[in-house]
Amino acid sequence: MRIVNTAVPKVDAMALVTGKPVYTDDLAPKNCLIVKLLRSPHAFAKICDMDTAVAAQMPGIACVITHRDVPRHRFTMAGQSYPEPSPYDRLILDQIVRYVGDPVAIVAGTTEKEVEKAMREITVSYEVFEPVLDPEKALDHPSVIHPEKDWHVNFDIGSQVERNLCCSGGFESGDTGAEFSASDVIVDEVYHVKANSQAMMETFRTYTYLDHNNRLTIVTSTQIPFHIRQIAARALGIPKQNIRVIKPRIGAGFGAKQTLISELFPAIVTLTTGKPAKIVFDRTESFIGSTSRHEMIIRVKVGADKEGKLLAIHLHTLSNTGAYGEHAPTTVGLSGHKTLPLYNKAKACKFSYQVVYTNTMSAGAFRGYGATQGTFALESAMNELAAKLGMDPLTLRLKNLLEEGEILTAYHGEKLNSCALEACIQKGREMIGWEKKFPCVRISDTKVRAVGAAITMQGSSIPNIDMAAVEVRLQDDAYYTLMIGATDMGTGCDTILAQIAAECLECELDKIIVSGVDTDHSPYDTGSYASSTTFLTGMAVVKACERLKGKIIRAAGLRLKTDPAALAFDGRAIFNDNEKDDEKNRINLDDLAKSLVVGAGHCLSATASHSSPVSPPPFMAGFVEIEMDLETGKTHVIDYVGVVDCGTPINPNLARLQTEGGIVQGIGMALFEDITYGKTGKMMNNSFMQYKIPSRLDLGEIRVAFQSSYEPAGPFGAKSIGEVVINTPAPAIAHAITNACGIHLRTLPMTAENILMKIREKQ
Amino acid sequence: MQISCDINGKAYTRHIEPDLVLIDFLRDLGFLSLKQGCDTTNCGLCTVWVDGTPRLSCAMLAAGIQGRQITTIEGVEKEAAAFGQFLAAQGADQCGFCSPGFIMNVLAMERELTDPSDDQIKHYLAGNLCRCTGYAGQMRAITLYLGARKGELSCE
Amino acid sequence: MFGLKEYRVAQSLDQADQLLHEHKNNVILGGLLWMRMGRKNYHTGIDLSQLGLDRILETEEAIEIGCMTRLRQIETSGILDACFGRVLADAVSHIVGVQFRNAATMGGSVFSRFSFSDVVTALLALETHVHLYRGGILPLETFLESSPQRDILVKLSLKKKAWKTSYQSHRMTATDFPVLAAAISCCEDRWRISLGARPSRAKLATKAAALLPKKPDAAQIAAACDQVVEEMSFGGNQRGTREYREILAKVLVKRGVEAVCR
Repeated sequence: MRIVNTAVPKVDAMALVTGKPVYTDDLAPKNCLIVKLLRSPHAFAKICDMDTAVAAQMPGIACVITHRDVPRHRFTMAGQSYPEPSPYDRLILDQIVRYVGDPVAIVAGTTEKEVEKAMREITVSYEVFEPVLDPEKALDHPSVIHPEKDWHVNFDIGSQVERNLCCSGGFESGDTGAEFSASDVIVDEVYHVKANSQAMMETFRTYTYLDHNNRLTIVTSTQIPFHIRQIAARALGIPKQNIRVIKPRIGAGFGAKQTLISELFPAIVTLTTGKPAKIVFDRTESFIGSTSRHEMIIRVKVGADKEGKLLAIHLHTLSNTGAYGEHAPTTVGLSGHKTLPLYNKAKACKFSYQVVYTNTMSAGAFRGYGATQGTFALESAMNELAAKLGMDPLTLRLKNLLEEGEILTAYHGEKLNSCALEACIQKGREMIGWEKKFPCVRISDTKVRAVGAAITMQGSSIPNIDMAAVEVRLQDDAYYTLMIGATDMGTGCDTILAQIAAECLECELDKIIVSGVDTDHSPYDTGSYASSTTFLTGMAVVKACERLKGKIIRAAGLRLKTDPAALAFDGRAIFNDNEKDDEKNRINLDDLAKSLVVGAGHCLSATASHSSPVSPPPFMAGFVEIEMDLETGKTHVIDYVGVVDCGTPINPNLARLQTEGGIVQGIGMALFEDITYGKTGKMMNNSFMQYKIPSRLDLGEIRVAFQSSYEPAGPFGAKSIGEVVINTPAPAIAHAITNACGIHLRTLPMTAENILMKIREKQ
Repeated sequence: MQISCDINGKAYTRHIEPDLVLIDFLRDLGFLSLKQGCDTTNCGLCTVWVDGTPRLSCAMLAAGIQGRQITTIEGVEKEAAAFGQFLAAQGADQCGFCSPGFIMNVLAMERELTDPSDDQIKHYLAGNLCRCTGYAGQMRAITLYLGARKGELSCE
Repeated sequence: MFGLKEYRVAQSLDQADQLLHEHKNNVILGGLLWMRMGRKNYHTGIDLSQLGLDRILETEEAIEIGCMTRLRQIETSGILDACFGRVLADAVSHIVGVQFRNAATMGGSVFSRFSFSDVVTALLALETHVHLYRGGILPLETFLESSPQRDILVKLSLKKKAWKTSYQSHRMTATDFPVLAAAISCCEDRWRISLGARPSRAKLATKAAALLPKKPDAAQIAAACDQVVEEMSFGGNQRGTREYREILAKVLVKRGVEAVCR
């Protein structure tokens, strides 16, 4: 391979590092109306009365929109393929507000100051209800969060909305009851993963305008341009064909932008006023008015025989979806489906779940998407089981690990065609120095160093649902344009897909021009989520390039008046495959491309769509070494080793960066990131001053290695990498903490205080 | 009120509101590299130089820059690109939203510190948050860049 | 967004004082870091940057720190290092980042009497006097306990003595506010123990300090640590509970005293 599996810089790199104006707010016209939201101060209330007359008349104000002015079609803001599994429980503005920060009015005006002034003049009277803030008390709570008659689901997701149960379900394979009875050792514990914020650097922002045909154009920082079009059409009550969505460069997403957040507000202002409109969430709004990771409380029961052979696993997840059900039925599924298959050899397994509504901000998509929460629970339980068995935790893993060729019962019966997890574990064990350091080394009177480990898997795209289309065009100077609907959010998919195209078309990388996403021009793509882009869109690129090559050869055959079956294409020329010196039957691509656009030419372009019946899991083994201050509980990650099987890394540098970034996000989640709500449901840490993400001083060394399997269903053997990388830090660090001082922390984050108090409790 | 200042070597005189924040003033003049990542002076995205010193443009009034020299990444584009190549060679530009502020602080560090150790580098740049990279790739880029400036290594 | 109707650059302290008292919504501008986060509407903002108050000066008896001196100057000042050791540098170096510290002023940090202040915690462990334009010169301890007045903090003066010092803090993340901060100093045989972010405003633990001889042994240090928790109140907030802070107080004071003894 020439270009695939090489570490080329990103195609957009130089624009980004020189500060070029390529993001949404940089591109917005200066005459946009400024849109701001008046938000609810109450966690659960009904708007009784609202006076907007004064505000609407104030200087510079273009419109004030309330729940009385919005379409009545309920929808979900979750970016998912239609029919979406998430319930339709939203309106653009509702008469009932369900969390502190739920929008109450949309105000648009000429300047920020004028809009803020007008917002202060809006008076709202509320009938305040008792909020439901604790997910464990949500079921059958006297406060019913979604009493509306038009609450809707597209298919049965096991909901009982009058009980605040958004969805429920599960499955069982084998007889867990019998296997637990036969088990010599059982671990049965509850693990609690809190809500976290994706906290990408670019907050939510959108601008909208009507084009010359009076169509609504939405320029927005999103991972899901095509879903935006679908959801906006339903929410605004206008045909899809009247909406165009454009995605410029975006300042990351981590799943936060797999949900509509800011889009509908300027859109409805533009439809109301006919004027361009813009909304830029500040950081506080970005925290309080978007979506977080689902808080999950997971009970894990694992049974094994004396030799450490797993007999049964039961995982029960209670997930908190907050005020609305975005991604509720799907994230919870991953807490079981992307953890249990690791121990496919267990004789029986069971997964059950309930997802409840509460009066906190809606949860949504965040890198790892439920698998992260499930991994913390199951991997922690496995480490506890190893300790109970008196067995090395890595040996326990290796004894029960899934293997290539197995049918994965808990993974929808999919066959595992590529897996190098065992090699990942062995490599990581060596890199961290497990033999010397496990479980711990005392380095002074007050300090101890300890190691911990965890393994994980994710998927690559949603099988039979995600769809990616691409188009490759041969242009008249023998270069290609690659049209994609997948959204590069900094991860580098524009580059990776160009690498795949250049490999297939046997050209240099700079001969591939990748277009940004514009739903009027780009081929359909479900979007960049569910670890799908490299795997799924990449495969569509392979298919489209193969088709284009066929077309190039046929076109050359016509020119050369030769049977195309005898011709070959090497990226630069089309020639007689049997006789390389046959100059008569040879044409340069450049000459062919130029001739095709003159007179009776024929423009060459190929499209291909791809969806996958399987979702091949990438794997990772994570190893951590911590240093703990036994007097304060302060715990520092001094070394983190991540060994990943993502199949063939198309761009090893970008794969490495994904891994490093994911590990660091996972470390933040493990040690200090924690969305907390006060007694009245107000988010307590709604800024970077109060919600701390890791700074470069909060980390030790991060080391990444790859052990690549070859996935036959992926482009050049590739699987995904974007999500799997966030899953191991929490359980690995929890394990290291146990190894350092003998305590078990089963609730995140594991702050110094939680550690120290537990140590003292134990003493 | 009226202020006069120098931005990237060019003189500007403008009428402004007394409470206009510097980042808004500069973005309005077309220096769109400047990004705001928070409202609490915690992220470092809006870093510019004021008389050569790295400052948060979200926490300065435009009124306060009367007679002073402002430098944004647009004013040091060649240098930014030189370091940026090292960042890109690691794939550590990622989403790029924090890059302008980060690079301005890296270049300020280069001017202020001689032969900084890894710890000194991390300490100097601690106020520049990044959610994509996990910082390790940025560190590799800085090490190689500083080495290259001393004639030791290239960005490969 | 906060608002400001007028911006004035003071040409003298006299003028600044006059402007400050012209309107109850007039305000002295410091580093602007906190002010911009508020939503208050001010009348006139008074800029002191042209008055030469951004310097660290050495006199016979004291080190004087002008109110417009930035935290980054404190961090990199050779004079402060020579007189007080690393206590001041260690206190400020965790604060957010270099760009923030290039803006935040000493005057703003002290005048605001922030309860989480690293700066105030460290200054308390030294003999610091606050010079107010109207209120005159008073010890920092007295200033912190007095109710806020409309005045200008012109400078701080720190007694030059044979100080031995240490700064200790515990934070949830490296650049966060402290969960608890302690500054310990010893001069001749007199100890000072200052604790900040309890989470209320920094204070001296005078009884605990009095228990420490010039060269305390482990038992004497432990007794002083117990006394710190005895004589001071601790509380809980988002960053830690009262119980945890009490434990931390003993650990940080012990480590501080041991560091000073070394």
